[in-house]
Amino acid sequence: MCCRWAKKNLPRPSRGVDLADNLVAYDARNLQIPDRELMRSGHLACPGCGAAIGMRQALKALGPDTIVVIPACCWAVINGPYPYHSLEVPVIQVAFETAAISAAGIRAALEIQGRNDVTVMAWAGDGGTFDIGFQSLSGAVERNDDIIYVCYDNEAYMNTGIQRSSATPYGAWTTTTPTDSPKAEPKKNIVEILVEHRIQYAATACISHPEDFIRKLQTAKSIRGAKFIHLWISCLPGHKVEERFSIKLARLAVETGVFPLYEVHSGTRYTINHEPTFVDVAEYLKLQGRFRHLQEADIDRIRHNIEWEWQRLRLKVEMGRRLPLPPVGAIAGVQPGRFES
Amino acid sequence: MKADPSGVLVGTHFIDGDHAACEGALAAGCRFVAGYPITPSTEVVERFAARIPLVGGVFIQLEDEIASSIAIQGAVWGGKKVMTVTSGPGLSLMMEHIGLAAITECPCVFVDVQRGGPSTGLPTLPAQADMMQVKWGSHGDYEPIALSPNSPQECFDLMIKAFNLAEMYRVPVFFMMDEVVGHMTERVVIPPADQIEVVERRWTAKKPAEYRPYETNGNMVPDMVKAGDGYRIHITGLTHDERGYPSMTPATQDKLVRRLLNKIRLNADKLLDVREEHTEDADVTVISFGITSRVATAAVDDARAQGLKVGHARLVITWPFPAARIAALAERTKVFLVPELNMGQMVQEVERAVAGRAKVVSIPHAGGTVHEPETILAKIMEAAR
Ligand SMILES: Cc1ncc(C[n+]2csc(CCOP(=O)(O)OP(=O)(O)O)c2C)c(N)n1
Ligand code: SF4
Ligand SMILES: [Mg+2]
Repeated sequence: MCCRWAKKNLPRPSRGVDLADNLVAYDARNLQIPDRELMRSGHLACPGCGAAIGMRQALKALGPDTIVVIPACCWAVINGPYPYHSLEVPVIQVAFETAAISAAGIRAALEIQGRNDVTVMAWAGDGGTFDIGFQSLSGAVERNDDIIYVCYDNEAYMNTGIQRSSATPYGAWTTTTPTDSPKAEPKKNIVEILVEHRIQYAATACISHPEDFIRKLQTAKSIRGAKFIHLWISCLPGHKVEERFSIKLARLAVETGVFPLYEVHSGTRYTINHEPTFVDVAEYLKLQGRFRHLQEADIDRIRHNIEWEWQRLRLKVEMGRRLPLPPVGAIAGVQPGRFES
Repeated sequence: MKADPSGVLVGTHFIDGDHAACEGALAAGCRFVAGYPITPSTEVVERFAARIPLVGGVFIQLEDEIASSIAIQGAVWGGKKVMTVTSGPGLSLMMEHIGLAAITECPCVFVDVQRGGPSTGLPTLPAQADMMQVKWGSHGDYEPIALSPNSPQECFDLMIKAFNLAEMYRVPVFFMMDEVVGHMTERVVIPPADQIEVVERRWTAKKPAEYRPYETNGNMVPDMVKAGDGYRIHITGLTHDERGYPSMTPATQDKLVRRLLNKIRLNADKLLDVREEHTEDADVTVISFGITSRVATAAVDDARAQGLKVGHARLVITWPFPAARIAALAERTKVFLVPELNMGQMVQEVERAVAGRAKVVSIPHAGGTVHEPETILAKIMEAAR
């Protein structure tokens, strides 16, 4: 079925065995996750929603002195109407295309008052980030506005009932890419686009790897200027997956190599944070109804794409190692000497 | 001419207004649709995504509504009949390009499935509160056309009319649905193509050397060409002369803007679609449009059953406002009642038309649901007293 299992001499999953057991899992005994809870029950997310899991993890990382900015997206609903408000931090809900710039406005007002102890986090979906909110995000990053922007990516417009976004992967069904003409374009690579803005810190994360996500948020919090985290989440109705597979699916996104976990400092220094086991991507695709129509040839193409993307990523790691440190002015906000530390 | 049969899904269907609007557009000859998901209009684009490739057309989902409202205008200059569809927040983003469509005289249909506002408001619930926005929302002076369907069947029938008017007058035409009309499912009968009249684009008969893009040939609406057919055209949002070239003089501005307004204002009698019941002897007349007209009909029928002399004038074309017809009704009617799912928008036009000759009473509703028929009935009783 898959050459990678043979090549890497990895245990090959057999049908009927829970795949999660075969993955190189996070060592659950050593999870370093803060106990504090800033997200309460009573929210309105679907059972197993990755966006809800992600927010809970994010607030554990950032703590109570956080202002959350949410544009139109599932999270605008998840937080809940009175009396269900589930977040114990201030929430400013804004127009769909404005997450980054609304956050930048809040930050500016805080700065005028000398309040540097408060974190402003924009929390937007993939549609609100890759598509309609991209101009505002690009502007905020170019100006190096001091915000943390987290894009929780469920790879479609879920709140309006599963339409394609430019984060929808190749081959996926959505209501506007029906099965007889599924999405023909690859997913936009948002992290690389922002890296090319010379952003100080950009990273990917996944809800199945909370420690990694939490560490990345804490790193972001320690840096003044624009920071971006691309968080992969599972969405059960959108991906057409059973609720119980929420975390399994997220793990598979990482372990198949579909969604690499890496971070980029100063637009040049790439670090791969987790070496996947490269489970065959078919395991990931077959779990999801949105890929059910794919033929073996399509799956092969996806396999090759993963390989190619990984080669590209590894070359970037290599490039970052070889390149001298960026000169002053090449990276927004980086002062001489800062990067070395 | 008759509709192209390939776009006409002949038969009796049980579909909602959003789906019927899509079928109406396909029957009218629309072959390019650009859209962006937004409740309660998303079903329209979802149906186009599945249906339009089957009739040789193209649907693209764009990155936002700004893009949607402008991609369709590109497709007009490429030679196609076009539309986009949205709801409040998306409509707000489209405003600049509605002005562009007005000044370049780009025939296109904007479907607005209205929901409660302002801002995100009530995404899944109805309103009729964008009526003034479509009239005045883009900067500068222009005259749009707007139609207000009240059922899935009308979403089909009036959509064809919307496309025809866009071609005849070369203006942005607004199709003012609302969440209830968009999501209600009823019987929709689609007749065979040979029973559907469509207005084709009026292509110029002139040779490239003689053609001037904004020459009006006596009827205020210039003939069209498409880019790439050998005609030298210059289409611009700047004030332009008959050749289409920018001209920054007050005289050119006056001539252009006057014509943009007059092609609608001076044709107001042809753009009249008011459907009246019992207005001949009415002392009280209810003026309504869209979904509210169905509630108003119930109230008016009840009042008539009680012997009250009440009439109902339903505005199907809401812009241009049928001021002359309302003024004529004011000769007999003593009180006009204007229920609408907003806090009093079209009532201002009624007041202007009536000009003090009768009493005008607003029956506002902030949206989220429709009026209760009893609310309108109570106002009728009060007015009839
Ligand atoms: C200007 C504007 N256009 C469209 C919408 C409708 N809308 C609200 S949420 C949403 C989808 C959001 O998708 P995404 O950002 O991926 O978040 P998700 O719903 O998947 O969590 C859309 C299209 C809107 N609110 N405003
Ligand atoms: S649709 Fe998906 S992202 Fe939205 S609440 Fe449900 S599971 Fe979460
Ligand atoms: Mg999404």
